[in-house]
Order: sequence, then C-alpha cells, then structure tokens
Amino acid sequence: MADPDTPDGAPAPDTSAASALLRELVAHLRQNRTVLREEWARRITEAQLLTALTPEEIFSEATSVYDNYVEVLETGSVEALQDYARNLSERIIPRGVETDEVLGIVLLLRDVLARSLFEKYQDDFNRVLDVYEPAANRIANTVAINFVQERERVIRQQQEAIRELSTPVLQVRERLLILPIIGVLDGQRARQLTEQLLRGIRTNRAKVVVIDITGVPTIDSTVANHLVQTVDASRLMGASVIITGLSPEIAQTLVTLGVELGKVNAVGDLQGGIEEAERILGYQVSLGSDSIEDSQLR
Amino acid sequence: MAVPILKQGPFLIASIQAALTDTDVLQLRDDVMSQVTRHRSRGIIVDVTALDVMDSFVSRSLRGIAMMTRLRGAETVIVGIQPEVAFAMVQLGMNFEDVQTALDLEEGLALLQTQEGPADGGS
Amino acid sequence: MAAEPEERIAIESDNDVVTARQRARELAAGLDLTSTDQTLLATAISEVARNITTYAVRGEVLLSIVRDAGPPVREGIRVVARDKGPGIADLELAMQDGYTSGGGLGLGLPGARRLVDEFDIETAPSAGTTVTLVKWSRAR
Repeated sequence: MADPDTPDGAPAPDTSAASALLRELVAHLRQNRTVLREEWARRITEAQLLTALTPEEIFSEATSVYDNYVEVLETGSVEALQDYARNLSERIIPRGVETDEVLGIVLLLRDVLARSLFEKYQDDFNRVLDVYEPAANRIANTVAINFVQERERVIRQQQEAIRELSTPVLQVRERLLILPIIGVLDGQRARQLTEQLLRGIRTNRAKVVVIDITGVPTIDSTVANHLVQTVDASRLMGASVIITGLSPEIAQTLVTLGVELGKVNAVGDLQGGIEEAERILGYQVSLGSDSIEDSQLR
Repeated sequence: MAVPILKQGPFLIASIQAALTDTDVLQLRDDVMSQVTRHRSRGIIVDVTALDVMDSFVSRSLRGIAMMTRLRGAETVIVGIQPEVAFAMVQLGMNFEDVQTALDLEEGLALLQTQEGPADGGS
Repeated sequence: MAAEPEERIAIESDNDVVTARQRARELAAGLDLTSTDQTLLATAISEVARNITTYAVRGEVLLSIVRDAGPPVREGIRVVARDKGPGIADLELAMQDGYTSGGGLGLGLPGARRLVDEFDIETAPSAGTTVTLVKWSRAR
C-alpha cells in the first residue's frame, strides 16, 4: 500500500505488516475524526491562520482537508488531493489567504494526527512513523505546490492586466493619439505597447502619434529596437510618430546602440510634441482644402 | 486571380482581395502599368486591407510596382496595412521606406490629392 | 517537448504556401496564441515555404502541436519546412542580416527567425534544406 516514489526519499516499507499497520492507523484516524478535527480547528484559530475565512468556512474546509488527508494515507494516491488542493486554492486566493497559512494548517494537521497516533502507539511509534511520515510529507508537498502554482498563475494574470492599464492609448484630439509610458520597460511590455498602439491607430484613424517617455528612466537595446519598430510600423499605417521626453541619458543610450535618431522625430516635452502634432495635422488639412478649391476653379 | 482596378478621377484604385501568387503579382504589375498609361493616371492606391500576411515577396513586389509607376509619373500609395501585419513586417525588416503608405482608401486619396499641388493651367 | 501527430502539406505552388500558413493559423488559434502571434507565425511560414517553391520546386510543410511541461506550462506550434532542393551553400551568409529587405541572400531567413521563438536550420549543398520553427503561446 505504501507508495514507492515518496519525495522525501524515505524507504517505503513494503510488507504486509506495514499494510496492516497502515489500515489500523487509517481506522484510528477515521474513528476519531470529530475529535481530531475539532482539535485541529482550535489550533488553527490559536495560530491565527485563515483569518480571512469565517469559522463556518474553516470548519467546512477542515472537514474536506481531513478526509482527503486520510484518503491519501489509505490509498497512497494524491490525485484526489491534487484536485481538491487546486480547487481550494482557486477559492481562497482571491480572499487573500497566503502561502504560509496554507502550509501552516497542513503542518498543524500533520502534527495533530501524529500526536494522536503517538498516544495510541507509544511503544511502537517508530514503526508508525515509518508508515505515516512518507505519506504525510507527500501531502504537505502536494498541497503547497498546488497552492503556489495557482498563486503564480493569478499573479501573472494580474501583471498582464496592470500592464494593459498602465499603457493607455489616449485620443485627445481628432486624428491624434498620445501614448504616455511610465515606468521601466521590458521587452514584453514594449511589445504589448506596440500592439496596443497599432490597434489604436486603426480604431482612432490617427495620423499623428505622440509617444511620451518622460516617465521612463532607462531603456536597453531590446526596448530601443521596439521603439524604432513602433515608429516604423506606425508609418506603415500612415501615421507619423513624435517622441517626447527623451532624456539626455536615453538619447545617449540610443546613440550608443546605433539607433538612427534621424529617423525619429523627437521633441523636448509632451506639450511641445502636441503642438508639433497639431501643426502637422493643421498643415495637412489646409493644404487639402487649397487643392480642392483649386480644382473647383478649373 | 486578377486584381480589380478602378478609375477614380485622375487616380486608380487596385483592391487586393486575397493572397497573391507569383502569377498574380506579375498580372497586377502589367495591369497597373497598362491602366496608368492608358488613363495617364497621376496616382494609384493599392489597397491591401484584405491581406492577413505580407511577406518579403509581396512587399518587394509592391515596392517594385511603386517604382515602375513613378517612372510613368504616377505615385503609388499602399493603404490598409493591418496592425498585426505592420508589426510582422517591421520584425521581418520590411519597412517600405521609399513607398508611401496611408491608413485607408480615404486617407490615401487625400494624400494623393495633397500631392497634386496647384492645378497646372497649361496642361 | 511532446509532439502530437503531424499534419503534412505538400508545397509545390504559391497556393500551397497560402494553405500551409492558413492551416497553421487555424491550429494556432485553437491553442490560444494571440492574433498577433498567429500573424507572425503565418508570415514566417510564408517566408520559408516560398523559398521551397522558388528554389527547390517542391517540398513539404509539417505542422504539429507541441507541449512544454514547464514551468511555465505552455503549448505551441512546430513547423518543419523541408525540401530536397539545392541546399544553401553558405549558411552563415544566408543567416546574416545585412539588408532591410529580405535579409541574407534574399532568403528571408534572419527575418523569419525574428518572428518565432525557436528556429533551426539544416542544409547542405545538393542535400536539401530543413527549417524548423516553433511559436509558443504566452505562458498561461
């Protein structure tokens, strides 16, 4: 009944005597379920864990965890536990439950059960540990890993959302888009920026884009390349780009990286950039109406 | 599949509907040149809105057509490059430096009209 | 990396190039690759598959779904474009990014490499060419 691939490397006793002992332990834990579960819940509260949950919720989760725990001991399979752990993580992470809390309650339960087993099997405790420990370790591992993986997934999603929010493409005048960039840019964020901007050019039918990098402290070659690519791609869509807020440091970086600054229309600050953009837009509009008048005269 | 070419005043509009094969490109070039000559067009819009991919072959071909029409006194404007296609093109290293581009048909025509300049009374 | 069964598209004409890239786009869409990434993949396939029709007369494109156990867990499209054509004599030159249009020797390989996440090429004169591309979904 013992599982050969225990992560802690402890040799799993593979004898029928061990199986019989395991069955006994499981039976004991099931018989004393109510008492032990209450003890555990008490210690959880004492240790001030899961404060984000109500007592009813703690009780309900405690019951599920307890039953899953015993089942792993009995069957040696963590599949059901994995499913439960994932499910539990999805529910409690949004409530603000932290990793140390989850690990904490599992270790508390392990402790509560171990003590109960010790009370009963005092003289034979080494044999009990040989059977109990490997399974208990696997359980703690499984729960912790699942919780952490789910947390990491959530964090990635949040980061993505933040990135989207922190690079808004603003339409302030007709045919003019402003993209204020704040914070350190990495390759991924720069890419996302470019995609958002290009979509924005189409949606807003922009003819001029002002990219303001006043709020960007430094850039590396990857991001510098992205910036140039953004300028080029915008041009392909018929929009001209003005870059404002180019600090002397960043300008130096660009020169060192061999970026052709001549390609880039750079203006000192955002206000100046907007004025330049309006000049471009205004200039084109009046030229257009002139030639319409001219053709009407013919 | 032949690309339809329409006349709009002094300009032509060629709307590419689907991916272009080698043959299509040659056909397009010939059709464009013969129409530009026949109508003495001043400009031609090539609309690539329907293209979901523009690889180096298509880009080079369109640039070639733009060069040729220029020799005939007609300016080519490529319009309708989609955001993702523009993104892919610059990653590929194609950026149409010597070919004019505009957002769409309307913008392309406005651009051509702007470049017409004052009417030439003596033509 | 585990690969699922492949889909084979014979490349003998420009229409086949279009078929290959559209099929790849469909597969990529099913895997949750962003629209932009689908376009990048389709464009890269267009580059390498057109090399087949231009220089090797005929070849094939094999598409398969690949999985990365991670972390992070992700899926991707693997494209193998191969032919038994003349091969590339000077691979280093072909992979050089000297020009803005087309790239080394006009084969578009350096450009195609920039569009994908993994790029591998095997070639020898008179032995043909095999280009392998992988585009992964952004980590879930």
